Amino acid sequence: MQPVNPQLTRRRFIKGVIASGAVAGTTSLWYAANGQSRPAGAVERMIRLNVNGQDRTVDVAPQETLAYTLRYKLGLTGTKLGCNRGECGACTVLVDDIPTYGCSVLTHSFKDGRIETVEGLEAPDGTLHPVQQGFVDALGPQCGYCTPGQVMAAVGLLRANPNPTREEARQGLAGNICRCGSYDSYLDGVMRAAEIG
Amino acid sequence: MAYMHIGKDFVPPDVIGKVTGRIRYAEDYTREGMVYARLLTSPIPHARVLDIDASEALAMDGVYGILTADEVYPDGEPQSTGLKILTNHPTLVGEPILALAAVDEKTAETAIAAINVTFERLPFVLDPLDSLQEGGPNAFVGGNTFGQQGFTEAKWTADQVASFRAGNAPSEDAPTTGPIPTFVIGDLEAGFAAAEDGYIYEGSFTTAGYPHHSMEPRSAMAYWEDGKLYLHGTSQSLTALANDMAGIIGVAKEDLVFINAATGGGFGQRARAASIPSMAIPAKFSQKLNRPVMMRITREEEFTIGGARQGFQGWIKVGFRPDGVMSACDMFVVSDNGGKGGGADAFSAADCISILYQTEAVRFRGASIATNTAHRGAQRGPGQNQIAPIIAPIMDAAADALGMSRLDIRVVNSAQTGDVGGPQGTPLTSAYMPEALRQAADDFDWEGRQSRRRERNGSKVTGLGIGQGYHNAGRSGQDGIVMMGADGRLKIHSGVGNLGTYSYAGTSRAAAEALKMPWESCDIITGRTDNHLPITSPQDGSNSIFTNTRTCYGAAMDMVAKMKEIAAADLGGEPADYDISEERVHQIADASVGMTYAEVAQRAMELGGRYTGEAELPEDLHEWTQIAASRLAGTAFMGIYHDPAHSNNPPGFTVTCTEIELDLETGKFEILDMVSIGECGTVVHPQGLKNQLVGGAVWGIGLSALEQHLYDPQNGLPASTGYWQSKVPTYLDTPVRIDTGWVDLPDPENPVGARGIGEPSQGSVSAALTAAISDALDGHIFGAAPITTDMIINHISGTREDAVALAQNNYRGV
Repeated sequence: MQPVNPQLTRRRFIKGVIASGAVAGTTSLWYAANGQSRPAGAVERMIRLNVNGQDRTVDVAPQETLAYTLRYKLGLTGTKLGCNRGECGACTVLVDDIPTYGCSVLTHSFKDGRIETVEGLEAPDGTLHPVQQGFVDALGPQCGYCTPGQVMAAVGLLRANPNPTREEARQGLAGNICRCGSYDSYLDGVMRAAEIG
Repeated sequence: MAYMHIGKDFVPPDVIGKVTGRIRYAEDYTREGMVYARLLTSPIPHARVLDIDASEALAMDGVYGILTADEVYPDGEPQSTGLKILTNHPTLVGEPILALAAVDEKTAETAIAAINVTFERLPFVLDPLDSLQEGGPNAFVGGNTFGQQGFTEAKWTADQVASFRAGNAPSEDAPTTGPIPTFVIGDLEAGFAAAEDGYIYEGSFTTAGYPHHSMEPRSAMAYWEDGKLYLHGTSQSLTALANDMAGIIGVAKEDLVFINAATGGGFGQRARAASIPSMAIPAKFSQKLNRPVMMRITREEEFTIGGARQGFQGWIKVGFRPDGVMSACDMFVVSDNGGKGGGADAFSAADCISILYQTEAVRFRGASIATNTAHRGAQRGPGQNQIAPIIAPIMDAAADALGMSRLDIRVVNSAQTGDVGGPQGTPLTSAYMPEALRQAADDFDWEGRQSRRRERNGSKVTGLGIGQGYHNAGRSGQDGIVMMGADGRLKIHSGVGNLGTYSYAGTSRAAAEALKMPWESCDIITGRTDNHLPITSPQDGSNSIFTNTRTCYGAAMDMVAKMKEIAAADLGGEPADYDISEERVHQIADASVGMTYAEVAQRAMELGGRYTGEAELPEDLHEWTQIAASRLAGTAFMGIYHDPAHSNNPPGFTVTCTEIELDLETGKFEILDMVSIGECGTVVHPQGLKNQLVGGAVWGIGLSALEQHLYDPQNGLPASTGYWQSKVPTYLDTPVRIDTGWVDLPDPENPVGARGIGEPSQGSVSAALTAAISDALDGHIFGAAPITTDMIINHISGTREDAVALAQNNYRGV
């Protein structure tokens, strides 16, 4: 089987985990890590992020997670927090085309990165991205809370592998939990997206 | 019957918002001046709060105040089990004691850390059998059960408990207790006598409790404006929950605006207000502070206050006559009721056996015992689904012993139209289980695959399983409202919650069907209660499709009748001389004589009175619906309906066949193939039905093989507060494809022939998978759900898997 995303190496993944280690451990730490008050350190707080093709200047605390910044600083609430500890994938966004758990990485790590969220997929005329359309055609979502993460994982998969087998799609989305159990319909949606994409 | 909409796929209006991220859940909202609440929760499983010193916290910059149980219950906490908004008497780890609001969450957490709470530690218990034994600890101060007499103690002798732990039948005088502690159907003695020449199985069993873990934590935000409470919350139901939530908060129904466009999963624990009283915290806090209050709930908190399935420790005896008929079933279940009361799962399990297998004699006895663990309540097929994986291997053992096929023994014992079931002998509205069994067997090629049964391939062995699921799937007695303005568009007011089943939309299509309206000319009005929505039954118990197609269809037919009245009055003749088609009401004899829907709606508004809801509303409308109707009155042409109660049982049935390959060296198995068939009357929404079947399949895999509570026995700390520890199934735990189908025969007690399906879809998969595991291991009956990898390995290696069966309910290991 081909790797789902050749850019997502084990080394890079581990680097991400290390970077996020301070925030993924416990819930109480999460609240401390996402502190809105001024930090004691001298880390630059006003940083520029490229989100959905636009440069956004945002005040980011040193311990702030990417999901926190996106949701509560930039108002991009399509990125969901299901567990906030790297288990469920509802917060999946793309960083340089790689599916990334937004809850488990620090925003400061991506000052030079290209960040994409579910809000950035539609064409300016409102045409849905093929993955979004595939999910609509297959009625992939049930409750919908995990859907943005599933969409972004699928977009990342199809960029790396435009014509996956169903098994490759299953492996590619394996980091995203759907408690409704809509996996079969999401896989239908990915295969549909590959057709129309 | 040819329908315009029923049985056809469509794009539910909310699905675009789900794939684009635009649809908003409670925590996605914000409000100017909003402050943030965090919870101080109990660190110990059973305690009494003696003192709260928050002086240091309240003096901190950015802290706005605290909210305590004394404030939300000025007359004292309710003397009952059940979740409280806040409590001074926690009965499980993580139960909210107080809330603190601050300018941000970090400040709130810092301030909470500065609060000193003095607890009196109280005895706690994790295993109901420990509590049931004389002298054992109780989960509550007043006892270990709660009923009409209040808190009471249920105790067995040490010998009785030891015997039950050893897997023996409880004595005839073993005390029972619980919501429905016992029932008997038929002649049990005669049933077992008839089975003496057939097959009799007797053994103990356990099923694990485990959490719901809906994807969306139950965060909520509230604010007050002009005397009204605006509550952004999460719910399976919309009006049913709001109706009761008003009472919990203490606000008049007409002053509560509950906003809930979408909910990130429910599975039983978000259907009713009593199971989610935490939403009252921001409501009451915002009233106290006169500011909007957001309360975000973490995954760990969601575990604690989000509910769990009851666990069973049971004993069962099942008899089959030589012809394969299940002639008797005797069952005793000790249910783990958790720390906040539970349900009647065990009763429902026995009720399910009576209905699903048409058992000639059934005796149920049970004891529901509280423990200081997560609160229990309805979880997808509560009772019916726990017993499904227990019964299925027993059916197979009987078939093998009697020389029958495993399909035939299920056909022999299947429910059909005209059958009755349950302790009251309630007639089924219709039932087509034999058809479902045969369709599943055909689609799966059950007979053709039998040659592969128990086939070895190196260390792997093939197992085949077939299973059935059942749940009561329909209610009545609710209300419907449809409106039409001068533009001729149909507005279907739906109080059905949006929990991901799309039933709010599917049931609305019954109204469009009745009015023969193109779907493009219809709008579903829902999402917040100030859209003036009728009452519904809570969206639990797989009832929504049956219940709300009745109300939507009824309201639309009321509008049709009024259209005919108006046309007859204006154009001549009697109402019976008119029909509807192509958005017109017209004479049957001459279709050119008629009015468009837009014209008749305009005319209705001119006439007013009963045509616009200003007079002659149906009797028996629910109070909630009366409020909605009064606010809609006079604004447009109204069709309104109160659905009279029906008395029979509309069943939802499923059948699943599966093939697995189990590795005898690792104990792991792979599901190679799976087919699930729904028997739920006429299919309303094929894609929605498919989603319920595949979603139930994933839940069934979790029930049979993965999910369970784990508690630290020394301190009562939960160890399965997240997805990873709870073993919620992932893509890789489920087959690469799940094939689905349906029988699609109409139910006579529903206007479009429909019944529900959501819950049995889990039961049949769990039954089939457990049967397949058993099959792969030469018919070994574990008597447990889940059957975990270590249990399989222990069995293969001949060690003591069976010896610890009864220790599995909350935690394994002795």
